[in-house]
Amino acid sequence: MKICVLVKEVPDAAVEKRIDPSTGRMDRSGEKNLNPYDTHAIEAAMQLKEGGALQVDEIVAVTMGPESAVRALHKAVSLGADRSIHLTDAALAGSDVAATGYALAKALEKEQPDVVLLGQQSDDGECYTIGAVVAEHLKAPSLTQVIKLDVVDGGLRCERQAEYGYDTVQVSLPAVISVGDAINEPRYPSLKAIMGAKKKPLETASAADAGIDASLVGGDGSRVQCGEFKAPPAKAAGTIIEDEDTDATVEQIVAWLDERKLI
Amino acid sequence: MTASTTAAPALRPNDFLNIDSLLSDEERLIRDTVRQFVAREVVPNVGEWFEEARIPRELANELGDLNVLGMHLTGYGCAGASATAYGLACMELEAGDSGVRSLVSVQGSLAMFAIWRWGSEEQKQEWLPRMAKGEAIGCFGLTEPDAGSDPGSMRTRARRDGDEWVLNGQKMWITNGSISDVAVVWAQTDEGVRGFLVPRGTPGFTAPEIHKKLSLRASVTSELVLDDVRLPDSARLPEANSLRGPLSCLNEARYGIVWGAAGAARACLEAAVEYSKTRIQFDKPIASFQIIQQRLAEMATKVNQATLLALHLGRLKDAGQLRNEHVSMGKLANVNAALEVARTARQVLGANGITLEYPVIRHMNNLESVVTYEGTADVHALVIGNALTGISAFR
Repeated sequence: MKICVLVKEVPDAAVEKRIDPSTGRMDRSGEKNLNPYDTHAIEAAMQLKEGGALQVDEIVAVTMGPESAVRALHKAVSLGADRSIHLTDAALAGSDVAATGYALAKALEKEQPDVVLLGQQSDDGECYTIGAVVAEHLKAPSLTQVIKLDVVDGGLRCERQAEYGYDTVQVSLPAVISVGDAINEPRYPSLKAIMGAKKKPLETASAADAGIDASLVGGDGSRVQCGEFKAPPAKAAGTIIEDEDTDATVEQIVAWLDERKLI
Repeated sequence: MTASTTAAPALRPNDFLNIDSLLSDEERLIRDTVRQFVAREVVPNVGEWFEEARIPRELANELGDLNVLGMHLTGYGCAGASATAYGLACMELEAGDSGVRSLVSVQGSLAMFAIWRWGSEEQKQEWLPRMAKGEAIGCFGLTEPDAGSDPGSMRTRARRDGDEWVLNGQKMWITNGSISDVAVVWAQTDEGVRGFLVPRGTPGFTAPEIHKKLSLRASVTSELVLDDVRLPDSARLPEANSLRGPLSCLNEARYGIVWGAAGAARACLEAAVEYSKTRIQFDKPIASFQIIQQRLAEMATKVNQATLLALHLGRLKDAGQLRNEHVSMGKLANVNAALEVARTARQVLGANGITLEYPVIRHMNNLESVVTYEGTADVHALVIGNALTGISAFR
């Protein structure tokens, strides 16, 4: 059995995100990191592999992104993936969610994974939708915001976090599953794994290698065209209550909420 | 002169001189991993450990899982990382607490290094893999109550008795002593200084803990008492036959301190910057006052200088060019700088600077040990003086 984990390189959480007005895309210069939600997906894959209820032969990390995205793959491999695939091509730059999902699905088609895992959102775009788009192209069931995964009857029993509570869904494989950060506590990569990451196979694929129709990807192939961007209005300064006497602090918080008819 | 058209990257206060740009991706990933570990497992708890004067034994296992223990050694389950990567790990560990870095230094650079460098193949096989995993803890006994800067005057003696050795003496200020599964003990013999591996539970060997410390409280410090301890000759480190044996180990550990001190200083600087921006006096953050900004600027300069110095020594060590005199300069400069930064940060924090709610007084007290252990600042100055003049002031 093969698990593919979709990963993404995103601006580091400490970097203030902004749209580059000249391109209409997110400014991705500066410090970057592996999307933290994806580390939960890798951990979920590792736990399926180590759990033993499924015979997982291989975990493959897959990303689409510029040259620098190799670093996200190195980190994914240091967290446990066996090898990685870097889909990179100038023609892919500027792809919207639908185009990105299509391109990733094409790369995955060649791999024929039994399970595709990914973080439920990226720390930059925060669209929550890539999993569903990929699943649609792969004609596989899509489950999102999964916070518990158990192997039951050869398939996966998933607990989804929904606004109204939890859904428990039994899904047969193959399936595309996006996971929430409550699903697990990702392990630290060991130093040996970090140092061994560069020795694990890394395949670089162009759009053509993956059989991607270039007219469906990139800025021109995307149906979403971004127009004007505005910075969000500056937040008003908050109120800081010094907690000197907890009863008094609670009273102040309750009064504050009450004033705004929030309780 | 050519004009550059690319703009310099934005300035990051926590890496003012962009020292990150001097590190490889792999070095940064190792550093970030240890930093994350420290942020999650050490920082939230270490104030309490310090107050209660303890360090959880499980921390060694967790550090073993990370491959930090003996990470710069090769084979026997060790990671085989570069000296620079090891230094970066020491920096992050000591940004958490000098006691945590001491645990790792003593385990990896003193106990494991002694076995790795001077031990027999059997000794390496027996101890190193377990020590790398944190399953076994090691300590290093050189210093004695009356032999500190002058280890050659040690009184601990080992005498041959048939095929065996009999050890008598006392070691002092031994980090990890009471929790150790194996102690590397150095003793005078008729043949010169020799090292011995003394397993826990050996008859006549005890390791009582030293209490009432006001520094390195999140660290175990002990005496080692050897009262007619009988050991087979196979317990002797066969490759070590002079004081050069233990001194080589200390040089390894001191190298880690050069980095660690920079980490402790950085933690104090960060606490001071953060505090000064949120502490309101005279209706404005105290960071608005020039005197505070000057202090922050001087602290930041020291932290960046210390980090660059540590990195330079790391690159020299990886190139096989590092001399013990270089390490002396690094330890002297960086621990003194860290102490100044800690003391300044302590003042910026006012009364809050003396509580364990903030890291500053803990680092400040710890550094008071770091400045004298593994070679006092004074002796390191004399080593440098000797190298500059050709005249030894202490031998």
